[in-house]
Amino acid sequence: MQVRDSIRQFVTKELMRKPNYKLGDKDRLISGGLIDSFSLAELALFLEKTFNVNPDNTDLNADKMDSVEMIAAYVEAHRK
Amino acid sequence: MSKPTASSATRTLLDWAERQYQMRPDDPAVIFIAPTGEETIITTRQFFEGAASYAQALQAAQIQTRDLVILVMDHSAAVLYAFWGALMIGAIPSIFPFLSDKLDPAMYYTRVKALVAHSAASAVIVSEAYVDPLSELLSPDGTRLIRESQLVPTNGEPIFDAGVGADDIAFLQHSSGTTGLQKGVALSHRAVLNQLASYSVAIRLTPEDKIASWLPLYHDMGLIAGFILPITQGIPLVLISPFHWVRDPKVLLTAIDKHRATLCWLPNFAYNFMALRTPQAVTQSLDLSSMRAFINCSEPMSADSHRRFLERFAPCGLKPAALTTCYAMAENTFAVTQGGINEKVTVDLISRAELSAHHRAEPINSDEPSIEMLSCGKPIPNCQIKIVDDQNAALPERAVGEVAVRSDSMLSGYYKRADLTAEVIKEGWYLTGDLGYLAAGELYITGRKKDLIIVGGKNVYPQDLEVIASEVPGVHAGRTVAFGIPDERLGTESVVVVCEVDTEDEDARAEIGRQVRMRIAQQTETALQDVLLVDAKWLHKTSSGKIARGANREKYLKEMGIE
Repeated sequence: MQVRDSIRQFVTKELMRKPNYKLGDKDRLISGGLIDSFSLAELALFLEKTFNVNPDNTDLNADKMDSVEMIAAYVEAHRK
Repeated sequence: MSKPTASSATRTLLDWAERQYQMRPDDPAVIFIAPTGEETIITTRQFFEGAASYAQALQAAQIQTRDLVILVMDHSAAVLYAFWGALMIGAIPSIFPFLSDKLDPAMYYTRVKALVAHSAASAVIVSEAYVDPLSELLSPDGTRLIRESQLVPTNGEPIFDAGVGADDIAFLQHSSGTTGLQKGVALSHRAVLNQLASYSVAIRLTPEDKIASWLPLYHDMGLIAGFILPITQGIPLVLISPFHWVRDPKVLLTAIDKHRATLCWLPNFAYNFMALRTPQAVTQSLDLSSMRAFINCSEPMSADSHRRFLERFAPCGLKPAALTTCYAMAENTFAVTQGGINEKVTVDLISRAELSAHHRAEPINSDEPSIEMLSCGKPIPNCQIKIVDDQNAALPERAVGEVAVRSDSMLSGYYKRADLTAEVIKEGWYLTGDLGYLAAGELYITGRKKDLIIVGGKNVYPQDLEVIASEVPGVHAGRTVAFGIPDERLGTESVVVVCEVDTEDEDARAEIGRQVRMRIAQQTETALQDVLLVDAKWLHKTSSGKIARGANREKYLKEMGIE
């Protein structure tokens, strides 16, 4: 599965718990009110487990992780 | 530890502070953990001298005794100093809710301006990041702005006689949102001292204790248990930022381990959150055996959350007896009850049928459907509780009614809002708006009479959300409803908004849904679990024409097949 699709599936299924939600690449997750800040820790665990990317906790914010596209770019940039 | 006394020498919080300053100047007062993981140890002397620099800056800005000072700052050591600096000159500090990255900054500044205006605040102390926007907004009204960077740390003598008396207001507590900011809970020095004295006894506080906290300081639990209690009682406080903890929950657990902390206050969702989101690799080497009490407080508590937490962390030395409970509110300074200290928290299995049919909490007889109620414990020594009906008449044991509280640690009133105060204090009893019952002297909370949603310990007023949703183009103005539904996985409430719309176009509806979510997030920091868009006339109204939150919630749950 593509990185974006894998992230999208995780966000809609595990974080939003609305697997049928049509989530666009650029839809704003945190500032758009789709996920709450409690979800960020879970997102970090997912990125670590799935992509071996271990985000610094100061990167877990709306500036860096506010859309599927931004999270995918973060993964590509930090993949080991 | 200095014991609370009724002597005339102890009149204000500053008297206790002075005792700590003299008795233990070189002991750590606060161990501040920055988001980078870096630790700063602040001794008692450093703490009060740091506060003195703020006191001097406030004096230089001509702030007078009894003036209200709003703190619009980030979670930092500076906000701790600024709070005590204001107390030192007899001013009234109030910590404004922190700005998060979900909230729209423009909205945040507008709220600050509104609060400053309606509370007639004299000054605002601001972190650097907020200086420019706030000076533009506030200067025209003559509000003095004191910037963090203006302050030069001094070795000046702290002030412990501010010229205020026991019944003068010490500080205000606000909750967030349009509705919350209207109600500044004003607490006198006497009320706070009485709470600290009584609560210290209830939790058997000793000089060997150490408190770990990630709680925000504008909230009663964070302000009292996670700041004022340790500072005045000489208990070291290990302090983490809420923004740091929410991204990396293990930081609290590793700090407890490293500093051998003994006490920690948490809202119920935090138990689920840490059980779910602490990496396995961390728990393998974690030692939580120092903990005497995790104290569950500030939102409905669940036995299931305790079980999950214990299951996850028992291998780390977490003792079952360390899971305790508390019922608290800003209007009583903080705690009303405490359960589970030196005894197991009582669990009451009651009949679901009796509760819904007769509003009574009857123990179950057989294997009928039951509800597992976690006791909040007994009233702390200075508090009395009674359960009342709609006419404020006391109800018998196990009858469910509104919880009323009387104590010597209650609010002086909502700041400059005598009208709101009169609504909730009747013949000396504070009507909490919570529903519950008493059994064998212990309090159990079953629900809420007032329309309030509590998400992760934070109060969310549905009327605020409904107003915002009503303003979204395409939504029928006034035809929206917001309510909470249980989120068992996270151990808290999730928020649902239902809006009546005209359009049947799928794309147009999706856009309305996006707008509702985004505006509510940016204005209230609330991420909605669901936005349900419905056709006209879906919503139930009361006979007086108001949208009925309870009835619409039931309808939603039924349609979704949740209950």
